[in-house]
Amino acid sequence: MQTGIEREDRRRGVRRTVGRTLVVLAGMFVFAFALVPLYDVFCQVTGLNGKTSGRAQALVHEGVDTSRTVTVQFITRGSAGLPWRLEADNRQLRVHPGESREVTFRFRNQGETASRARAVPSVSPSEASLHLRKLACFCFQEQRLAAGEELAAPLVFQLTPDLPAGVTTVTLVYTLYPVEPGAETQTVRPQGTNSEGDRA
Amino acid sequence: MASHLPPKPSVQYEHAAEGGAAAGAHAPARGPLRWLLTTNHKEIGTLYLVFSLCMFFIGGIFALVVRAELFQPGLQLVQPEFFNQMTTMHGLIMVFGAVMPAFVGLANWMVPLQIGAPDMALPRLNNFSFWLLPVAFTILLATLVMPGGAPNFGWTFYAPLSTTYAPPSTTFFIFSLHLAGISSILGAINIIATILNLRAPGMRMMDMPLFVWTWLITAFLLIAVMPVLAGVITMMLLDINFGTSFFNAAGGGDPVLFQHLFWFFGHPEVYIMILPAFGIVSVIIPTFARKRLFGYASMVYATASIAILSFVVWAHHMFVVGLPLVAELFFMYTTMLIAVPTGVKVFNWITTLFRGSISFEPPMLFALAFVVLFTIGGFSGLMLAISPADFQYHDTYFVVAHFHYVLVPGAVFAIMAGVYYWLPKWTGHYPHERLAQWHFWLSVIGVNLTFFPMHFAGLAGMPRRIPDYALQFADFNLVTSLGGFLFGASQLLFLVVVVRCVRGGEKAPARAWEGAEDLEWSVPSPAPLHTFETPPDFQPQQH
Repeated sequence: MQTGIEREDRRRGVRRTVGRTLVVLAGMFVFAFALVPLYDVFCQVTGLNGKTSGRAQALVHEGVDTSRTVTVQFITRGSAGLPWRLEADNRQLRVHPGESREVTFRFRNQGETASRARAVPSVSPSEASLHLRKLACFCFQEQRLAAGEELAAPLVFQLTPDLPAGVTTVTLVYTLYPVEPGAETQTVRPQGTNSEGDRA
Repeated sequence: MASHLPPKPSVQYEHAAEGGAAAGAHAPARGPLRWLLTTNHKEIGTLYLVFSLCMFFIGGIFALVVRAELFQPGLQLVQPEFFNQMTTMHGLIMVFGAVMPAFVGLANWMVPLQIGAPDMALPRLNNFSFWLLPVAFTILLATLVMPGGAPNFGWTFYAPLSTTYAPPSTTFFIFSLHLAGISSILGAINIIATILNLRAPGMRMMDMPLFVWTWLITAFLLIAVMPVLAGVITMMLLDINFGTSFFNAAGGGDPVLFQHLFWFFGHPEVYIMILPAFGIVSVIIPTFARKRLFGYASMVYATASIAILSFVVWAHHMFVVGLPLVAELFFMYTTMLIAVPTGVKVFNWITTLFRGSISFEPPMLFALAFVVLFTIGGFSGLMLAISPADFQYHDTYFVVAHFHYVLVPGAVFAIMAGVYYWLPKWTGHYPHERLAQWHFWLSVIGVNLTFFPMHFAGLAGMPRRIPDYALQFADFNLVTSLGGFLFGASQLLFLVVVVRCVRGGEKAPARAWEGAEDLEWSVPSPAPLHTFETPPDFQPQQH
């Protein structure tokens, strides 16, 4: 027959087990949210998700490697519900690692009203994203175009000479996304500076 | 409903008489309130199982809508939008409404009986975790009649399909999944607290039946990953309703992050749905082979290894998102590593059968079918683990064939095996053997007709989640649909067997099966409402 002391022991044991599982539970919930900044940091360090820096970077002066030529391609994509066109003057360039080049992109709002949008970049292959330095880019901020307005904006970039030897083609994709009215604080922040604060 | 009452009034009366005044104080409420307020692990177990069976039929009807549409190429019955809602709801209902609650129901019924505990450690919490489920799934099913329709983005609800492009009902979907998740978490806490603290005196951890062991490990998996699911759907909620950009590329978020977070939950979730099945089969096979389980300790360690490995394989669901080569290799090798402990299990089951004196009662039929058919699902899983091969198989019907083999003749057959095994304990009657045999053979034929041709359709390139398909897949789909309807219809037979067994049938003694040795067989059949109020005298078996 169970004694009172045994029963009390069991109750205490149950309480301890529940307490511990609740701690693990809370820890895992926090961990899930902590994974978001961790993922961004991981991707910034390794360049794995093909994101580029959201700020202008300085030129690296390490000489131009004229023995190598890399093809840089530009792809632009529109977005459903946004009547804009975005085109690069040159779809493809042949560059030497180390030299800086400029490409002009043309935005055009074909809609009836003024609207805002930003172009979000992505680099492929992703290992090239750490070696792509943007000295100037329209993608650092959003664009606002009146109905029918056109805008020419430059991209100045450099592929650093330490670009991995296996990379012969680098593709830059710019996708236009509408910036919704009244959403300034959330959507106009530059790429690559994601932190919890941005999303609050 | 009254016919589902496991205890007969006379049994309670006898028990109250022998247990004294203390038992009398817990006399159950009468009428429907009794089921709403019950804190008895057996009644809550029954509620879980009945709920799960209802969800199994509802999810099954959704699957049959899908199969009816795919019977022939072209659009016949439903629009693509509704088709997508059916595939999504089928997956969600079967995973969160049918398989998981069925295992929790079995745990509620059998874990206290198998470890000699009087009840679950936290009976009132137990009641709460069950009653969250009907609320959650009423909300989920209600999305079908909401403007814009039910969730249509697949059970994996990848963002931004489930955020930017989702129907307005998605917020309700998130809420219902939150409720179901809380229910699972509370159930898991209860099971852990019960197993760790309420074992019969003298029962060490390595004396526990394997069903208890596998559920303990499953409960730890639930504690570890359900909060991650809750986090992911909370982020979706914030993206949809509060303008954040966790998964929105336009705002600096990353859709691939969603897939990482989802599968960090999703892969352990897959094992949450199969580990208790391993436990059931590991209890049934020794009973009907009339031998001790071969390699008890290795079974425990294999289960634990599978659980630990499940945290480092998640990206094998995402081989085509553009992972770097080193990640492809890492996830490919860790995934293949899981075949080792799983192989240990299959080896142990077969070795238990070796030179046993085997009889083929309905639970054993289902358990044997589990071993064979689950292993087929395991092999197709190995094929999918090969990352370069997965580039071709990804998002084809081969994947559908794979996970249905591990979930239907895997998890669902194990649940049915468990139900047939323990029905004599629950109701005091044996299930009708002839009908159960019919149910088994029709199910086996139906399952293989349904899912085996999917392998070929997938290898030939038929994509998942489409309402229409190219003509060359017509024959495979015809067979699959016929098999699906056969399998669905034969489950009505299961319902008939269960209802008949509750109502009457051949009387079962306390030890209903000759080779059964665990503690639950020491209490009368049907098990009285209160058992083991005095801890049993437990004699450890030599494993």
